[in-house]
Amino acid sequence: MDTFVNVLGLILSGMLISTPPLLLAALGSVFSEKSGVVNIGIEGMMTIGAFVGAVGAYYTHNGWIGFLLGGCAGMVLGLVHAFACVTCGADQTIAGTAINFIGPGLALFLCKAMFDNSSDTPSLPTEYKIPKLFKGVFKSGSFGYNVFGTYSAVWVSFILVAVIWFVFYKTSFGMRLRAAGEHPEACETLGIDVFKVRYACVLLSGFLAGLGGAFVTLATVSQFRPTVIVGQGFIAIAAVIFGKFTPQGAFLGCLLFGLCNGLKSVLSAMGSTVSPNILSMIPYIVTILVLILFVGAGRVPAANGKPYIKSK
Amino acid sequence: MKTKVSIWDGNFIYVILSIIVGFLVGAILLVSAGIDPGLTYSTLFQGIFSRPKYIVYAFVYAAPYIMTGLSVAFSFKTGVFNIGAEGQFVVGSLAAVLVGIFGNFPPVIHPLICFVAAAAAGAAWGAVVGLMKIKRGINEVLSYIMFNWIAYYLSNYVVMHKGVKAQSIETTKNVKDSARTIIKGLIPVTGCTEVNAGFFIATICAILLWFVIKKTTFGYQLRAVGLSKTASEYGGISSSRIFMTSMAISGMLAGIGGAIQTLGMSGRIPQFSGQESFGFDGITVALIGGTDPIGCIFAGLFYGAMKYGGNKLTLVNAPKEIVNIIMGTIIFFIAISLLFKRIIKGVQQKKLDKAKELAEAKEA
Repeated sequence: MDTFVNVLGLILSGMLISTPPLLLAALGSVFSEKSGVVNIGIEGMMTIGAFVGAVGAYYTHNGWIGFLLGGCAGMVLGLVHAFACVTCGADQTIAGTAINFIGPGLALFLCKAMFDNSSDTPSLPTEYKIPKLFKGVFKSGSFGYNVFGTYSAVWVSFILVAVIWFVFYKTSFGMRLRAAGEHPEACETLGIDVFKVRYACVLLSGFLAGLGGAFVTLATVSQFRPTVIVGQGFIAIAAVIFGKFTPQGAFLGCLLFGLCNGLKSVLSAMGSTVSPNILSMIPYIVTILVLILFVGAGRVPAANGKPYIKSK
Repeated sequence: MKTKVSIWDGNFIYVILSIIVGFLVGAILLVSAGIDPGLTYSTLFQGIFSRPKYIVYAFVYAAPYIMTGLSVAFSFKTGVFNIGAEGQFVVGSLAAVLVGIFGNFPPVIHPLICFVAAAAAGAAWGAVVGLMKIKRGINEVLSYIMFNWIAYYLSNYVVMHKGVKAQSIETTKNVKDSARTIIKGLIPVTGCTEVNAGFFIATICAILLWFVIKKTTFGYQLRAVGLSKTASEYGGISSSRIFMTSMAISGMLAGIGGAIQTLGMSGRIPQFSGQESFGFDGITVALIGGTDPIGCIFAGLFYGAMKYGGNKLTLVNAPKEIVNIIMGTIIFFIAISLLFKRIIKGVQQKKLDKAKELAEAKEA
């Protein structure tokens, strides 16, 4: 029984660590997509957030400041994306692809320029990272240590789900942003400034994606490396589609993915005879199966991807 | 009055201007990091143009990017965004390598069979996603992303499998010499040891694709579905069938790209530690090429050359990531060129209006 609880703790701990980066980025993506702006650039925003987060914590000696700086860096790229998609009426996929080049390119370029041509930032000591909870309360390796004692930002990301759900469905801003993604012309006749709403949403999406990236470098690992993000931004987008463009749906998608990840790492750590490469496929195959069997077709916000051009 | 076709109406001029802006932004960044942009750019361009051998290498580098570019560009025609070219490229190269290692065929026939296997693997990888879209309405972007990763781990699994893995290194065995696409006769002429048939194959594919899209009924149906699914259904076109076929063809093109790369370059597949990104870069090539098959040839050449030249930047201690930033900026400016187009149109319109006013005033 004890070993069962401990193994469960390990699986959950793996889930808790691998969910937040996806979740934060996915919540960002929901904002953007729901307001009618496709944001394929989440990946690039996460990468710049990961880099700036690590550098911020390295210089300020404070994980939380690094975390927020990472979010701000993502927001700067969000501004670039918003300028292209909202002000210029650009093709949103093209603009997002550009962000995916600029973000990682800039992160690595700056890293090499700042740290003597190295593509890694210096490793952060534990006290510069985001703090873990309940230090010394639980015995090392126990269920409580692995689950409740995880990084505090994990719970921050979960609380954000509730906050963002509230914003989406219980505030006028939420109503406006959902309307902007469905019928921008109707919004404008009601006096809602579609440009402003979309700007706000894309900026928020950049901020959240940046936080997601910073979580990786400030919790999961303790430095920026070229491979810290690779692909997670796209998984976050997949989770949003999975969750039918709602914050709570995206949360479920990320949890499912995180759970599979936790299961995978525990299985391979316990010396499973199945090849680690096959185990690594689990999250992707499970996602596909769940989609085919239970979820089915989703509906994309009606005005998603369509630039809105103000009529004079 | 004759309407003059101005260069500002087309897209070409905006691509050229975007490329110039891309290099300018790159230069600003280099200066602010204390790196000499003149030295960096001259190293980049010398690395591409200073010797015939380098130019040939740029063509060799370009071939797989042209293929993934074609794959993405083709999918855009029906309004599908093939973000899955990455995975299709991987299964294509995997199929090519397996047939290349274990097949026993004479030269010329052997690579042909490898290419057929790669095309089939890529097409299957794309068609499954198409099937899920048609039968269960599952958003293809999501399944493409999942299938990219499944392909990635599948490749790693096969590479490390007993019988496939080479001794003492983490790659597959080399394909048989009969399966290689290297054109031996050109090696002494060009000085490039990896000169291969890839670029020619890619060019032929591009021309065929152009023909299919522009000159056949199928191409017409593709474009019709891309413009409006409901309208084309009304006109008697089965959009499901068009989606399936086009997603399979798109996958096939990326799969062929995988075969070009593996049979032409190293002749084996390494264990991946990160996505190699040929497919994602295909998105860029397709966009720079204006999603036109012929445009993809030039965009692929530009991209391949930049990648090849970028590798030499380490010689002058400049981060090669500057190439990615330049590329990103170029795409960004291509994206927002719509705004410039509107502004230029506005200015032209104002000029016309003024001329009209003047003419009217004179008459009066």
